[in-house]
Amino acid sequence: MCQVDEHYEEGLERAEVPSVSRKCVKCKEAEATVVIRAGDSFCRTCFREYFIHKFRAMLGKNRIIFPGEKVLLAVSGGPSSSSMLRQVQEGLSQNAHKKLRFCPGIIFIDEGGVVGQSVEQRRRTAGELLTVFRAAGFPVHMVPLEQVLDLPSSILASASLASKRTASSYKVAVDRFVRTDGGSSLTPQDQEVMLLPPVNQSQTQALQQLMMSATTLTARQELLNTLRLHLLVHTARSKGYNKVMLGDNGTRAAVKLVSSIALGRGAQLAQDTGFSDSRFGDIILVRPMRDYSAKEISYYNYLFSVPSVFIPALDTKTVDKSSIQHLTEIFITKLQADFPSTVSTVYRTSEKLQTVCRGPSTPEHTTRCLLCVCDLDTATEEASAFQATLTSEQLSVGPSGAARTETQRQDPVGLNQAAPPRQCCPSGGGAEDCGRAASGGGCCSSARLLVGSDLRSLLCYSCQLMVKDLASVESLPHYILSEAQRRQRRSQMRDEISDFLLGDDEG
Amino acid sequence: MPVLCSSCAEKRAVLKRPKTGHSLCKECFFWAFEEEVHQTIVAAKLFKQGETVGIAASGGKDSTVLAHVMKLLNERYNYGLELMLLSVDEGITGYRDDSLETVKRNQQQYELPLKIVSYEELYGWTMDAIVKQVGLKNNCTFCGVFRRQALDRGAIMLKVDKICTGHNADDVAETVLMNVLRGDIARLRRCTAISTTSEGEGVVPRCKPLKYAYEKEIVLYAYFKKLDYFSTECIYSPNAYRGHARTFLKDLESIRPSSIMDVIHSGENLSVREGVKMPVQGTCNRCGYISSQALCKSCVLLEGLNRGLPKLGIGKHHRLHDKILSQQPLTEKEERKLKSVDF
Ligand SMILES: [Zn+2]
Ligand SMILES: [Zn+2]
Ligand SMILES: [Zn+2]
Ligand SMILES: [Zn+2]
Ligand SMILES: [Zn+2]
Repeated sequence: MCQVDEHYEEGLERAEVPSVSRKCVKCKEAEATVVIRAGDSFCRTCFREYFIHKFRAMLGKNRIIFPGEKVLLAVSGGPSSSSMLRQVQEGLSQNAHKKLRFCPGIIFIDEGGVVGQSVEQRRRTAGELLTVFRAAGFPVHMVPLEQVLDLPSSILASASLASKRTASSYKVAVDRFVRTDGGSSLTPQDQEVMLLPPVNQSQTQALQQLMMSATTLTARQELLNTLRLHLLVHTARSKGYNKVMLGDNGTRAAVKLVSSIALGRGAQLAQDTGFSDSRFGDIILVRPMRDYSAKEISYYNYLFSVPSVFIPALDTKTVDKSSIQHLTEIFITKLQADFPSTVSTVYRTSEKLQTVCRGPSTPEHTTRCLLCVCDLDTATEEASAFQATLTSEQLSVGPSGAARTETQRQDPVGLNQAAPPRQCCPSGGGAEDCGRAASGGGCCSSARLLVGSDLRSLLCYSCQLMVKDLASVESLPHYILSEAQRRQRRSQMRDEISDFLLGDDEG
Repeated sequence: MPVLCSSCAEKRAVLKRPKTGHSLCKECFFWAFEEEVHQTIVAAKLFKQGETVGIAASGGKDSTVLAHVMKLLNERYNYGLELMLLSVDEGITGYRDDSLETVKRNQQQYELPLKIVSYEELYGWTMDAIVKQVGLKNNCTFCGVFRRQALDRGAIMLKVDKICTGHNADDVAETVLMNVLRGDIARLRRCTAISTTSEGEGVVPRCKPLKYAYEKEIVLYAYFKKLDYFSTECIYSPNAYRGHARTFLKDLESIRPSSIMDVIHSGENLSVREGVKMPVQGTCNRCGYISSQALCKSCVLLEGLNRGLPKLGIGKHHRLHDKILSQQPLTEKEERKLKSVDF
């Protein structure tokens, strides 16, 4: 079948050789030194102004950061987040009407333990960054990723709703802030610095084991992102921050949008790539670097000596097809080289998909994914990819195959097999089901261990894919498993009393 | 040691399902494949008892398997549908001849009525004649636009209630990715729909019963069923977006076989921000076909061909539509611009 059944008349715009005009397009006087894209060439001074203005404009337009609010800057040490830190420093040193009015702090999460850095390397990286952070004068929190293993389960419970602040309340807050001359109170007093605590080697090993339980790099990267996010939000919460700023730039946003689609995270795209992300309710994630391309940032960092450190990632030095995320990055980078409008086009798509994010405005008892804390996207209508996949799996094991799946639940490979959504006796399936499960692992016993298929019902489509790739569900950290068990007990309880509940329950 | 079928646990498995990784025997695979299409048809309520359904038949693997499965399911489950094959003859020497032969053989095999509508009878132009005028480069624009309408016109001639097409899961996933790369938000939202309701005069509702079937499984099905099909990769290269999206999807699939379904799941769950402008669907002032412009794509292309201005339909020349409609002459400058064509 010819594929051209929908008409696409315009081709992609091919890369053009930039026609370099010698003069700066802004002041039209100074020699241009930076060419962002064909036709946009700036002199050094104007580029700096443009860059700094863009940051303030992004925050001003979105009106999410309130004056006097504590904001945690997540700095990985890479170019984008390092540049973000510089923008905040610049913003605080501006004169009154252009001045940023929030109280920043810095968090660095040391992931050296999972990317194969030695203790010595980790100490050196942390030392280098600490010098930069001290110079900024903001409170500093250096946290090893190992600490994620000790998180409380409450991090996964959808927090109470953030006080709904509106655009008008934003204006009121700004006015009040300006009147009371809050600006002067923001000057840093004693800089609070939380140094990297020594990490117990057994903790590092436990973390490494957890990461290695993911049998694919795709799942490992997803798992790392999930754990990092939990630790970030937990730290923000415990240190009294309301907002967390992430350094994702526009190029990153484009890659993330496409990889999210590939990973089945279409429903969560708005939260994953938008300017603000309110899935955690009281802590809002903000991405103020989204308007910059990676290229712009590297120009800026180079021209204005923004230091950054090289930190290896899980996919550093891997082949193109090592993971979905890595493949997407290479795909977009290559496409961008041939068609310079790629990133901006995809980025604009993400703008249009923004904000339908149901966020905290939905009722409190909306079911959220155990891991990514987004709304579950698995209660789809009957004709859907999700249902079709379940059908395929069920039909491939046949009526007798379903019985074998039960016994396969003992071995890890069984997680990849289909299993009817609920095996536990209250939800039907009959005595036969229960008897078999009981002989295998004691169905109905509240102490029974979690298995993959049980966990599934608590996860969104994409997180289910990730968990499928784990060799054993039991390797997940305690805070996740205990929250999963709590939710399962709740749902069992609800099943038992369902006949007596009137209308919507409280989840 | 031979692997046993994971479904019946009796026969030897002959294939590994690309979709789920299970090893199945031939019969169990057939059963699973057909049942899945049936489930899709039932779950999405694609048809109603007594409807006349035209199967878009190109002689390629997708439509051949579609025709076979539709005929089979219609009998197995008493859908009560009146089925017929609907083919388009673009008039490309050497390209369609073989595939149309295949369709004709299918017709005899399945005992389904066949209607072939040709570009020549519909538009007065064969693709060969069009290529002569517009060159190879832009030719796919024409064959795509014309085919879409040709199916509708054929369906109306035959008094068909619905058209079903052979689009498979790979096609849908590819289209999702392509629309993301192009930033085409309107199509991104529409492309995962399994069926369209009647969008206006002269447009017959369409559906994709194979929406969740993997291309590889369609080939496996055709292979083991010994179905006769003709490989109809369009002889002209697909457009840039689709080419890139296709390669990317194949790579994704090699990393995680469920990627195709995962992309479709994403597409089905995308929500567009309120306030984002969507193009309004209207109808063509000349032929009544759906169009977001005053003239539909196919009328513009035809006008260009008939006036000897082939570029008219290729670029964006919306502001000329009114002139064409009111039959005003074009300026010399406009004419010059629309005449030159790169071959
Ligand atoms: Zn200048
Ligand atoms: Zn999730
Ligand atoms: Zn079998
Ligand atoms: Zn073509
Ligand atoms: Zn028309």
